[in-house]
Amino acid sequence: MAAGVATWLPFARAAAVGWLPLAKKTMPKPPVDKKSRSDEILIVNVSGLRFQTWKNTLDRYPDTLLGSSEKEFFYNEDTQEYFFDRDPEMFRHILNFYRTGKLHYPRQECIQAFDEELAFYGIVPDIIGDCCMEEYRDRKKENQERLAEDTEAEMATDVPLPPNSTPRERLWRAFENPHTSTMALVFYYVTGFFIAVSVIANVVETVPCRPPKGSVKDLPCGEKYSVAFFCMDTACVLIFTFEYLMRLFAAPSRCKFMRSVMSVIDVVAIMPYYIGLVMPENEDVSGAFVTLRVFRVFRIFKFSRHSQGLRILGYTLKSCASELGFLLFSLTMAIIIFATVMFYAEKGTKGTNFTSIPASFWYTIVTMTTLGYGDMVPNTIAGKIFGSICSLSGVLVIALPVPVIVSNFSRIYHQNQRADKMRAQQVRGRGASSALALFTHLSLICKCGFFSPQDHDSDSAALCLKNRSSFEHQHHHLLHCLEKTTNHEFTDELTYSEMCMTESVGYRTSRSTSLSSQQVVSSSCCPRRAKRRAIRLANSTVSVSRGSVQELDTLQVLKSSAVPQSRSSLNARTEDLKLNCEQRDYTAAIISIPTPPANTPDESLPPSPAVPGILRNSRSISSFTHETVKISSL
Amino acid sequence: MGMVLGTFSMQTKQVIYRRDKVDDELEMTMVCHRPEGLEQLEAQTNFSKQELQVLYRGFKNECPSGVVNEETFKHIYAQFFPHGDASTYAHYLFRAFDTTNNGSIKFEEFVMGLSTLLRGTVRDKLEWTFHLYDINRDGFISKEEMTDIVRAIYDMMGKYTYPALKGDVPKQHVDAFFQKMDKNKDGVVTLEEFVLACQEDETMMRSMQLFENVM
Repeated sequence: MAAGVATWLPFARAAAVGWLPLAKKTMPKPPVDKKSRSDEILIVNVSGLRFQTWKNTLDRYPDTLLGSSEKEFFYNEDTQEYFFDRDPEMFRHILNFYRTGKLHYPRQECIQAFDEELAFYGIVPDIIGDCCMEEYRDRKKENQERLAEDTEAEMATDVPLPPNSTPRERLWRAFENPHTSTMALVFYYVTGFFIAVSVIANVVETVPCRPPKGSVKDLPCGEKYSVAFFCMDTACVLIFTFEYLMRLFAAPSRCKFMRSVMSVIDVVAIMPYYIGLVMPENEDVSGAFVTLRVFRVFRIFKFSRHSQGLRILGYTLKSCASELGFLLFSLTMAIIIFATVMFYAEKGTKGTNFTSIPASFWYTIVTMTTLGYGDMVPNTIAGKIFGSICSLSGVLVIALPVPVIVSNFSRIYHQNQRADKMRAQQVRGRGASSALALFTHLSLICKCGFFSPQDHDSDSAALCLKNRSSFEHQHHHLLHCLEKTTNHEFTDELTYSEMCMTESVGYRTSRSTSLSSQQVVSSSCCPRRAKRRAIRLANSTVSVSRGSVQELDTLQVLKSSAVPQSRSSLNARTEDLKLNCEQRDYTAAIISIPTPPANTPDESLPPSPAVPGILRNSRSISSFTHETVKISSL
Repeated sequence: MGMVLGTFSMQTKQVIYRRDKVDDELEMTMVCHRPEGLEQLEAQTNFSKQELQVLYRGFKNECPSGVVNEETFKHIYAQFFPHGDASTYAHYLFRAFDTTNNGSIKFEEFVMGLSTLLRGTVRDKLEWTFHLYDINRDGFISKEEMTDIVRAIYDMMGKYTYPALKGDVPKQHVDAFFQKMDKNKDGVVTLEEFVLACQEDETMMRSMQLFENVM
């Protein structure tokens, strides 16, 4: 839209003639456009493909390579054209951006190649139009994840142990990467074996065995061979405790280790045993203890250290948290609605199962997930109708978020497969190839770092002062004309509220004479002038008001930087072009504003003495002429 | 915890359904207006061929269908005045440019208006301004019409101005204006009174010169 707005600016400025009869003061002089107005066609040669465009088209975005004087570095005197040794296919999209003001992302191109082209031409990717933004973001995220994983994998495996590592570091490394040493590998398999043994023992001890001689009732094996199971349990817990303590000792950051998921699982897995040891052989307490044994099943989660698929599943569920949350929320809503409906539908029936709404929850859940146990069935016709609606809607609600979760899982799984393949390749072909890969990966990450706007702070500051486009000058002139017409000035919300506050202050300080208070009330358009008079009249409160007014001056000057930002936001939308430094460069903004806002209106109200230097600079840089401003101290 | 947050995040995304706009836009692209020839326009206005070319290229870029309707016009004009509400004034401007009163501005009307404003004589400019102020086209500017216009202009300033807009500033402005313009004090301003009063005003005459090199 920036291109379009620029086209209509002359029209808006011409329409300002309509304000002239209303204006009480002379309009400010318009900015002089030093550049020659006649437009010319430029030839841009990109690897042999010649593009031709108007010079004005390229000048629309002065913060980019083609719009600024930077393109002169690529000018070929002999052929009278600008030559770029870059991809001509990509350049089409870049040039279209200048023409239409919208940047599109071509779907068939590689995201990294596209980003590199944008970085070369000085265009920030954030201005990609809405039509292509989604695709761009997805590809970019995928790419970044891939890069991050690669570097992580490289750094984890490639870096050899420093020779003077402590036994603690060696131990930690052995735990994290079992395949680095045979000892670690053995330990890895032993713990895996014992986890399996422990889990199987937990399962088997509940199976009914043949009763011992002299008894009729079936006994679970756990009670029949209680000693054997106890010994096995003890052995497993000893191994797990030993492993946990070893890991705790070896961990580089113990607090972080203790907070990690795996260590929590470890603790939960072995806790029931120890609690059982210290628990007295009390009948009622042992009932609670039996429940604790349920936590022994958490030992199965210890397998996730051994199985990558399990880790992927966990990671997927974590990354799909919002979809799962939505699923849960919508299901809960639906359950409550249908349970209520079913309860009231079945209320009349004698001997019905739907005794209360919470009791109907069970029916609703079973029906919505299409389980249909049949233990609760509606009898009335209304109940049956609503029951069928319930089951149909259940299918729909559950089916909706599932594809999102599935696609997430598939993406993460494929990434992991890729990482594994790369790791396997590296193990095979170590040496120069991996080093090269690492280097290119790191350099690409450095390049990606270019895209973050933070890097542009220092460069764009200098660029901004020179590249204040004529468009902005003219736009400022237009707004200035409006100010002159209405005899009021633009300001922002903060200074406005400050003014309202100080008005009330001024009102309070002018308690001495009725004249001053009248002035405050009547001359409503000049509260500060009235306040000054009030200050002179009210002797006792001079120091207080002076302090507050001075504060106000400095505050206003500091906050006035907000005004030119919003004024000249039309060059591109401020969220469009990050390089447009009005956003971040506050000092440059103050320097370039045509009207030092709120401090120097035409009535001789002096600005704060703190900023005379900045104001003088503004006159030298901007091409406006102002009536002279009297700068005096309070 | 993530699930709770996720729930609320999915909740607050709102979907806006646009039905009418699509139909409108389809309609607009069907209506394709081509301006008269370049020579004719050059004869009718005070612009040179190059200037007309530049103007048309910009115009066509923005409005491929060849006409501007009021909504688009208001939208474009509002972009220049982000502080306040420019829609009322844009409405009056639109009516001033739309000489054929058919609800859309063609390129000819656009260029004629611009020619008057930028290259016309002082009298032409004053007449154009008079027609802008005279909302009901009865040949007289009444106080109500002027108040509407002035209010529209003050609306463009927005809420946060220095000094703050207290009291009925537009009304005071209109009163001052009428005091200056209405010579025979009959409550309305005719074209002749307007032109005379403006020509007497030195400040305004000086300001008029400033707008000549806008193109």
